[in-house]
Amino acid sequence: MIERSLHEMAQALAGKEISSVELTGLYLERIARHNPLLNAFLTVDAERSLAQARQADERLARGEQTALTGIPIAHKDIFCARDWRTTCGSKMLGNFVSPYDASVIERFQAAGAVLLGKTNMDEFAMGSSNETSFYGPVRNPWDSTCVPGGSSGGSAAAVAARLSPAATGTDTGGSIRQPAALCGLSGMKPTYGVISRYGMIAFASSLDQAGPLARSAADCALLLNTMAGFDERDSTSLDRPPEDYTRELASDGGTQPLRGIRIGLPEEFFAGGCDQEVMQLVEQAIAEYRKLGAETVVLSLPNMRLSVAAYYVIAPAEASSNLARFDGVRYGYRAPEYDDLNEMYSRTRAQGFGAEVKRRILIGTYVLSHGYYDAYYRQAQRIRRLIAQDFAAAFRQCDMIVGPTSPSTAFKLGEKAADPVQMYLSDIYTIAVNLAGLPGLSIPCGFARGLPAGLQLIGNYFSEAKLLNVAHRYQQVTHWHQARPDAFA
Amino acid sequence: MSLTLEQVRRVAHLARIEISDAEAESTLGHLNDIFALIEEMQAVDTQGIEPMAHAQNLAQRLRADQVVVTDQMARRNAFQAIAPETEAGLYLVPKVIE
Repeated sequence: MIERSLHEMAQALAGKEISSVELTGLYLERIARHNPLLNAFLTVDAERSLAQARQADERLARGEQTALTGIPIAHKDIFCARDWRTTCGSKMLGNFVSPYDASVIERFQAAGAVLLGKTNMDEFAMGSSNETSFYGPVRNPWDSTCVPGGSSGGSAAAVAARLSPAATGTDTGGSIRQPAALCGLSGMKPTYGVISRYGMIAFASSLDQAGPLARSAADCALLLNTMAGFDERDSTSLDRPPEDYTRELASDGGTQPLRGIRIGLPEEFFAGGCDQEVMQLVEQAIAEYRKLGAETVVLSLPNMRLSVAAYYVIAPAEASSNLARFDGVRYGYRAPEYDDLNEMYSRTRAQGFGAEVKRRILIGTYVLSHGYYDAYYRQAQRIRRLIAQDFAAAFRQCDMIVGPTSPSTAFKLGEKAADPVQMYLSDIYTIAVNLAGLPGLSIPCGFARGLPAGLQLIGNYFSEAKLLNVAHRYQQVTHWHQARPDAFA
Repeated sequence: MSLTLEQVRRVAHLARIEISDAEAESTLGHLNDIFALIEEMQAVDTQGIEPMAHAQNLAQRLRADQVVVTDQMARRNAFQAIAPETEAGLYLVPKVIE
């Protein structure tokens, strides 16, 4: 059962082959067995999940099934879920039990999905290895001495180890795509504004976007159908007609289903700086795409090399503003000892935030401060425009862009933890997509030294269905996405 | 460009994060490494380029000026139940005015 697609699970539930209570119980049992090693889940509440599963079974019995009714889904601990502890990986929110549901959680509840638990993550989504979590690192199911990537590392490890059929994540600079690559999963960051950010704890509001982590592009499409949609409670939510993101998947297309698709290969993605074995796998995937009928065209994104620099001004600037709300007054941690209000604020924040979060708040405060605003923040915003213009020019020559997701496979726990700049550079291929607000997807494309490597597909605004279809066609003729780490049979 | 210890302390004060001397020292090293990365932006001529604040060019949505929350007391109670210290519907903080 754990190897079935979400669609096959829904069929098994509809056909009474298994109940939601049984399916949920199966995953809860796997979590109990494997989570002590992986640390992928921060909060599991078996009774609450099973109560939801019973409701789903009643709904199934009434014949009111949706695509996800009765299927357990794990959620990154950045999504507020009513009456669930929601920590965002921080000591600051260690005691925070949310009084309301995020839009994403509401949508899964309305679909009848079961909330299987809350997954570990880098503190406030700031990290690329899951090592900044106050609750300890997550281990990669493919090699427990390695990181799963981050910041959605708990969600990625949970799905890779089959502790959950699928999970949600968020992606501000690569936090869905990079862990998907490092754990051998399919993960999508949609166009900015497609999924509501309401109730999703804010890191960098102009970049943050939720998305699915799953075992296939087809599963991602089903999840996106539930997650996407207009929400007036998020001022940046886009009011567009609903889409069926699975709509292109069913057609046959013959032996060359991607005939007419032009794939752009930016020089900057292939100019060195990437692990050679990973690059070979990416080249093999591109060869596979040519067999499927796609054409390739070499192009350039000349300003992409500036994306990490611009990002580490813009994201910390927005974070320093967003995280000002954690002051020990309304919710979360408050320092036990202080003499006055200022000391209460500064001790609460000194004790409640970890080192990486503090670093980013300090960077953000500095670049927004008087005398530095133009040199840093304005300049970064102008470079952001140049990067977005590069993509616009590229999409006049191609339908989508393909390259590596991450410059390496999963690295060792502790390998980069002491060197923030090295950690930041691990997102070199993903960050530009967030700055431009484009949709991006990572799918597995093979193994280098026993660890999964990811292929990144980047599309123009609102091209999610096309991206998912192009990923799906690859997954019809390859089997990398079906591989499972041996220890989690 | 590189930051001084005094600037790190000043920024930490602005951000309301208490910082020890030892922390300020180690933070200074990390921040200077990060700013060395950020500095590569400065070589780019961006004259005449419109700053981009956001991926979508959106106008703020407006709505009618009317009460839409009808369960205010229930909401207040739920939100204050998780606060560190409240009294009579108010959030309590250390005394600010003598």
